[in-house]
Amino acid sequence: MFPKPIQNSSRGWQATYQALVPAALILWLLPLIAVAIFSVKPDVDFTTGNYWGMPSSFEGASNYGKVFFGSDMPRYLMNSVLITVPTVIGAVALSCMTGFALGVYKFRGNLLLFFMFVAGNFVPFQILMVPVRDLTLDLGLYNTKTGLVLFHIAFQTGFCTLFMRNFIRALPFELIEAARVEGVAEWRIFWYVVLPLMKPAIAALAVLIFTFIWNDYFWAVVLTQGAESQPVTAGITSFNAQYRAAYHLMSAGSIVAALPPVAMFFLMQRHFIAGLTLGAVK
Amino acid sequence: MAKTNLAPEIGPTARSRGSSDSWLRRNRQTLAPWLFLAPGVIFFLFYVIFPILQSFNLSFYRWDGLGDPQFIGMDNYRELMDDRAFEVSMWNNLKWLLLYLLAIPAGLFIALFLNQTVTGIRLYKSLFFFPFVISQVVVGLVFSWFYDPTFGLLNQVLGWVGLGPLNVLGDPTLVTYGIIAAGLWPQTAYCMILYLTGLNAVDPEQVEAARLDGAKGAKMLWYVIIPQLRPATFVAFVVTIIGALRSFDLISIMTNGGPFGSSRVLSFYMFEKALSEYGFRMGYGAAIAVVLFLIMLCFIAYFLWSMYQDDKGAR
Repeated sequence: MFPKPIQNSSRGWQATYQALVPAALILWLLPLIAVAIFSVKPDVDFTTGNYWGMPSSFEGASNYGKVFFGSDMPRYLMNSVLITVPTVIGAVALSCMTGFALGVYKFRGNLLLFFMFVAGNFVPFQILMVPVRDLTLDLGLYNTKTGLVLFHIAFQTGFCTLFMRNFIRALPFELIEAARVEGVAEWRIFWYVVLPLMKPAIAALAVLIFTFIWNDYFWAVVLTQGAESQPVTAGITSFNAQYRAAYHLMSAGSIVAALPPVAMFFLMQRHFIAGLTLGAVK
Repeated sequence: MAKTNLAPEIGPTARSRGSSDSWLRRNRQTLAPWLFLAPGVIFFLFYVIFPILQSFNLSFYRWDGLGDPQFIGMDNYRELMDDRAFEVSMWNNLKWLLLYLLAIPAGLFIALFLNQTVTGIRLYKSLFFFPFVISQVVVGLVFSWFYDPTFGLLNQVLGWVGLGPLNVLGDPTLVTYGIIAAGLWPQTAYCMILYLTGLNAVDPEQVEAARLDGAKGAKMLWYVIIPQLRPATFVAFVVTIIGALRSFDLISIMTNGGPFGSSRVLSFYMFEKALSEYGFRMGYGAAIAVVLFLIMLCFIAYFLWSMYQDDKGAR
């Protein structure tokens, strides 16, 4: 282990370390802590200049209440859910199949197709922007959640395929060969042999894609406008315009918008990290 | 691909078929991958690959997004050469590229700091990772309050040590650095997680052996640990470069390209040209996007090449 285990060092250094970690954490998360405190402050604190002091009174309930009952926030949140969940399902389903095909079969162009997915996944969004926007307009899906979902599924399939294919390659190939010797149909091998083994990969991708899509801002701005269909990331910016100096409401809104991916991360931490660090360990 | 007559193969009735069954049976290992690939590949071609080609094509046209596109050859690119705003965006992209890489050593530093087994360390590690999970929109808002010249925490702190006041986001020379600093926050968290995972896989016997040979501290880190962290460094490098070139959200939220366009990068400038009140110059925007794409392509090619090398080693 590196660095040297703290248990092997002097008592003094051990105590210092124990104190240093939380201190560093507070410093690291200071911006977030500030927003959390902002979100429970009364309006008057901001007009009187008490920005960074303690709240003069605790207004959490009324601030968050206003966000939930006095603004478009619930609609934006709902839109985000309706965009994110179908995207996760669609991208994972498609990439299970592509990953299986690319990971299990040997055929001409296998690697080429795989690299197409990988390269497409790293492309700058701007090179897709104008054509995808036109396409969405032509399909009559501009400013709809469906339009956003379809594009997200297609784009995320690139990343998911990379992940799935590598995961399937690491599975014991003998299982598949044994099934083939038994004469099991290919789709049955996929469904009954490989898919059950892919559960960890599916979980990892599901949380990861959830976070990516929930936090997407660019495509929300390019493909939608207005509270009708925009997700919460775009919503928070119009919220910003509406409540320009209402920092307490802005903060409460930001926290609400940030909470679902944070909750997702904490619930599925192990899977989430497994997905992110793909390829980082050999 | 003759899709229609292959469909029964994946259908539930595949077994109960007559003589054509044997042909399918013999060829199913060649046909199956294409059936599995079809939906994903079609979707991806439709929404990702063709649009790339369309953008290339569009960059030779003048188009306002409504009327008929007018072919103008290389004119958009020629105009880019003299475009001052394009030049500023390029320079800012370069700053992003170089400074964003600081996330890698910073992430390594935090990972080394947290790589201990004391009570509660798992919770600390995940809390340190927090900034990455949050939307860049929220990060941008938070940092613009942090930099705010009238009440921002930055100026308060600068005031305590007798410096400032500083209007980071209003100062053309500082603004890009200010935004990059905001971007480094989540990116460092990401690199930290990569390195924490990498450190878990470091061979303890090698560390012990090096320790017996008298290596410790910086020497141990440089000669024993960092070489073993190569895969993590590679992934960190790729995602950081791509992240730097993709930077859009933070700029859009924090400054909207200002002041005086001094915080624009290519990705933002393209958006502005193609879709903002300054006019719908789709062709010109496409030309900017093509330039950005070609820059990114160098890194993508490098990434694919090293994946290919890896793959040759595997089965």
